[in-house]
This record gives sequence, structure tokens and C-alpha cells, in this order.
Amino acid sequence: MEDFKLMKGNEAIAHAAIRCGADGYFGYPITPQSEVMETLMDLKPWETTGMVVLQAESEVAAINMVYGGAGCGKKVMTSSSSPGMSLKQEGISYIACAELPCLIVNVMRGGPGLGTIQPSQADYFQSVKGGGHGDYRLIVLAPSTVQEMADFVGLGFDLAFKYQNPAMILADGIVGQMMEKVVLPPFKPRRTEEEVRQECPWGTTGKLPNRKRNIITSLALEAEVMENINLKLQAKYREIEKNEVRFETHHCEDADYVLVAFGSIARICEKAMEMAREEGYKVGVLRPITLFPFPTNPIKELSKKVKGFLTVEMSAGQMVEDVRLTVNGAVPVEFYGRMGGIVPSAEEILAALKEKLIK
Amino acid sequence: MTTKDIINPANLVYSKAKLMTENPMHYCPGCSHGVVHKLIAEVIEEMDIQDKTIGVAPVGCAVFAYNYIDIDWQEAAHGRAPALATAIKRLQPDKFVFTYQGDGDLAAIGTAETIHACNRGENIAIFFVNNAIYGMTGGQMAPTTLEGMKTATCPMGRNTELNGYPLKISNLLAELDGTCYVTRQSVQKMASIVRAKKAIRKAFENSMAGKGTSVVEFVSTCNSGWKMSPHDSNKWMEENMFPVYPLGDLKDTEKK
Repeated sequence: MEDFKLMKGNEAIAHAAIRCGADGYFGYPITPQSEVMETLMDLKPWETTGMVVLQAESEVAAINMVYGGAGCGKKVMTSSSSPGMSLKQEGISYIACAELPCLIVNVMRGGPGLGTIQPSQADYFQSVKGGGHGDYRLIVLAPSTVQEMADFVGLGFDLAFKYQNPAMILADGIVGQMMEKVVLPPFKPRRTEEEVRQECPWGTTGKLPNRKRNIITSLALEAEVMENINLKLQAKYREIEKNEVRFETHHCEDADYVLVAFGSIARICEKAMEMAREEGYKVGVLRPITLFPFPTNPIKELSKKVKGFLTVEMSAGQMVEDVRLTVNGAVPVEFYGRMGGIVPSAEEILAALKEKLIK
Repeated sequence: MTTKDIINPANLVYSKAKLMTENPMHYCPGCSHGVVHKLIAEVIEEMDIQDKTIGVAPVGCAVFAYNYIDIDWQEAAHGRAPALATAIKRLQPDKFVFTYQGDGDLAAIGTAETIHACNRGENIAIFFVNNAIYGMTGGQMAPTTLEGMKTATCPMGRNTELNGYPLKISNLLAELDGTCYVTRQSVQKMASIVRAKKAIRKAFENSMAGKGTSVVEFVSTCNSGWKMSPHDSNKWMEENMFPVYPLGDLKDTEKK
């Protein structure tokens, strides 16, 4: 029988980080994700796996510690919530340009500004479209369960190292705070120094006589060189779009209407779908698991046979722009959302579906 | 006597440091950075730690420091070098890790990272070139610009009512329990160069001995930014900078 544990999503992140052989965590407390660092401090992985856990003086320092650690080829991560993520954007842009792997967790709360500590999904644009300066993309994973919070730590690191690109777990405050049963990933040892040197020959691990010095930088003053760096990044993003799209569908086979939602809202949409089906409406749910790369093809395919989409988000409507770009006017794409920390109910979603699409 | 007889190791009085690369330096002639770079390269060579040393370059004139010393480097965002160095050292405790920063980087935009790395007693060396001006961006006011000193953003001279006072950041860092060695040096004369080199070596040694953070400030010139000849800059530094930033050890826990 599997070993189920009951814990919060934030706690699952911490356990999974140790178990997948992470080398370092650097963070700064902010609600609603402080349990990530609290759990790590409680588990004291430096005594067991040797993982470094450090409370930084700010989110700016924390992401730059991640930059330093990632530059050494180490498996390093940070976590924060929306206002803290704004502070991290500088570092994320540098890390993306320097093509370093790392894992960033954002447990979103309501904004803008200091906002609220209640859940939100209003950092979609920031996470998926850039956030910091310059043309770059993060690999963005959107968990909807505590199990996925645990599973996406290992997946996030794997994708980050595969593409030498920062990966992000974009969770909402609900997934971070709620308790559910979870099966934690098995223990994987941290890589040895030799394994790090082999896997990351570009890392600042000390210049041995058999190689040239390694320089981690995001600076290229010559325009041609900088354009080539950008072209290389763009080619990598196209490759990620080709290989790494992840999504989940429920009852989309016979659906007339499809609800598109990510994170915990997708689960509320499933409830709304069940209620709609009880009333005789053929409704399905599509849940993007990767927000970048966005599941363009499955949505495009569905747009050929459904009567319309309703995108539901805890925001003023951000992902809906990508759904509309994908559907490109083939059928109506409507939006329903709540903001500022309000979580929409299944009844509200069903009512919006009827009002905006079924009529 | 032929030329060949003269080019003889026994007659060698000066040479390029072995770890300095062949890249032409972008620093202005007369700038202190070149001398400080060479001293760091010499110390790394003499300690035989090329394979164990990781440098963190700043944003500012020394942004290309990584082009000149043949070791592994990371180039930080403006002011964030101590944060990078913190992680590099904690994740690779057997490495010698140093930051190389200017006054704007260390004492303005990176003040928080500097103070907190020092306060945690990170086992790193911080090399701090203080020339009282932003050289790279064309000579604007720095946190360490002297009272009355003219720059592009205080053309009438630094007015303390408007701009506050020259920040004696090393004095502040010496107050922190995490620092083990804070010293102020200069590199305008042979005698001062010899002392500065000793300070660099001591900072490296402290970092591996686990004593805490070492900070070596180099009171420096920026003849381009100051709009003076290198010779006049050195004189101006001695007459104007040294009274505000006096040379010598501000803290050495070994001597307690």
C-alpha cells in the first residue's frame, strides 16, 4: 500500500525538494507560502542530505543567491508569493539570459500592490509573458492538487536542467494552503561534485587545468552577439513548445461547451461541469498543466467541434487572452473571473456559463 | 652583452601576472582597477588556488573583470554580488569565493546585500574599489562622493543638504559581528601596493579559515571621471580622499 501523508501544498514542496536531491533553497518569508521555508528549517536537510537552506534578507537577495547557486550547476530553488515575485523579476531575467536551471515557486495572492493574502491567479501575465525585462520565457507548471505540488518539484527541476532554463511552479494560495493526502516522491541522493561537473560542464566549479574558465554572464555589448543570444533562446522556447505541453481534459469528447481553467479553479470547474451535466448540458473541462508552453493544439482541435469556451480565472482575465488567440474567432470565448482573493463557486461558474454561452 | 643576455630570468624585475589573460584591458590609463586586478591574480597564483577560486564581478567599470583573470567567474546584477557569493560559497565550501565591487555597486544599490552578507559572516572576501564616482556611466555622483566634489549629477559639488554625506561603508561593516577583517588600502605607490597585496592574501586566507567576512577597500582614483591626469588624480586622492577615508585596518579580529 502506498504511504499517504496528509499535508499542506507548501509543506509538500519542501518535502519534495529534499527528496529530489535539491542542493539549496533560498527564500524570504511571505504569506501564503511561508510554510515552505518553515518546513525545510524544521526538517534540517543540511544534517541529512547536505542541502543548504538559507533565509535571505530580501526576495532580491534570495533570487540572486539562486543565480549564484545555479551558476555552479547546483539544483537550487526559491519560493515566494506575488509581491515578492515582483522583486525577483530582475534576477529571473538574468538567470533566463544566462541559461541557468533553477526552480521558482510562486504561491499567488491577490494584487496589485500589497493586495491581500487570499488566493489569486493574477500573476499569469507576469509568469507566462515575461515579468522581467527582455524576451524570455519560463517553463510554467500549474498544480491543482497537493500531489501535483509534490510531483512538480522533481518535474520542474528535470525540465529546468533539460533546457537550462528557469522553471516555475505557479500555484494559487488555495493549493499552497489546503491539506490533502499526498504520496511523496522517493528519496534521490544529491549529485556528487563529480556528477555536477559532468552534468554541468559550464558551471563555476573551479577552473581545472583540462578546461577553459567558465563565465556565467548575461552581458554582450555587441548588438550582433546579443541578437544571436536572443535567437538561441527563442529556438529553445520553440523546442519547449514542441515537446513539453501538458494538459488534462474531462468529458471533452462529447462537449458542446468547454471550461478552460488552471490550478485549483479547474477543480471547481469540474464540479460546475458535473452540475451542468446533471441538468443535461454537455460541458467539459480543459486544464492546462503547463502555462508555458500553452496547450495551443488541443484547444485548437476542440474549437473545431464545440460551440464555445468559458475561461475561468481568479483574475480580471489573463489566460483568456491566450485562449482567444488560439481559438482565433472560430467560436466564442467568454470569461468569468473573481479578483482580489475571492474564489468563485461552482454555482457562480455554472450561472456564468448559462448566461454567457448557453443562453 | 647581447639582448639575449639581458632577457634573462635573473634580471627580471617586473612581469605580467601569469593568471592575467591576454585580453586588452578596457580600463582608462591611470585607473586603479588594473593594479588591483593584477594583485588579486598574483595572490591566486602564489596561493596556488586557481582551480578553487570563483570570482563574482559587479556592474560598473569592473563589469568585465571576468575578462582579465583566468579563473571561473559569475557576473552579477548591479549590487547583488554578495548574494551570489553567499550561495556559491555555501554550496561549495571548499572554494575561495570573492566579490569585486565598486562604490555604487557595493554602497548604493547593493547596500542591503553587502551588509547582510557581512552580518551573516559569509566566508567570502569582498574587494571594494572606492573612487567616489560612477565611472562606467560617465561620472555621476556616488554614495562615497566627497562633500563639494563635482560630478555629472552634482555639477555644483555634492551638497550634503541635498545629497547627504559621503558614506563610510567600511566603518559600518567593521561594526558588524560577522566581519573578521576590514581594511582600507590604496595602490598609488609601491609601498601601498605591497600592503594592499598582503591585505588581499589575508582576506583569501580568512575566507578558508572560516573566520567570517573580509572586506578590503581600495581608495582609488578615476582620472577620467575626475577630469585630471593620472598623476594629479593620485595627488588629489592623497589630499582629499585620505582625510575622509583614512588608510589602515578598521578591524582585525586576529589582533584582539
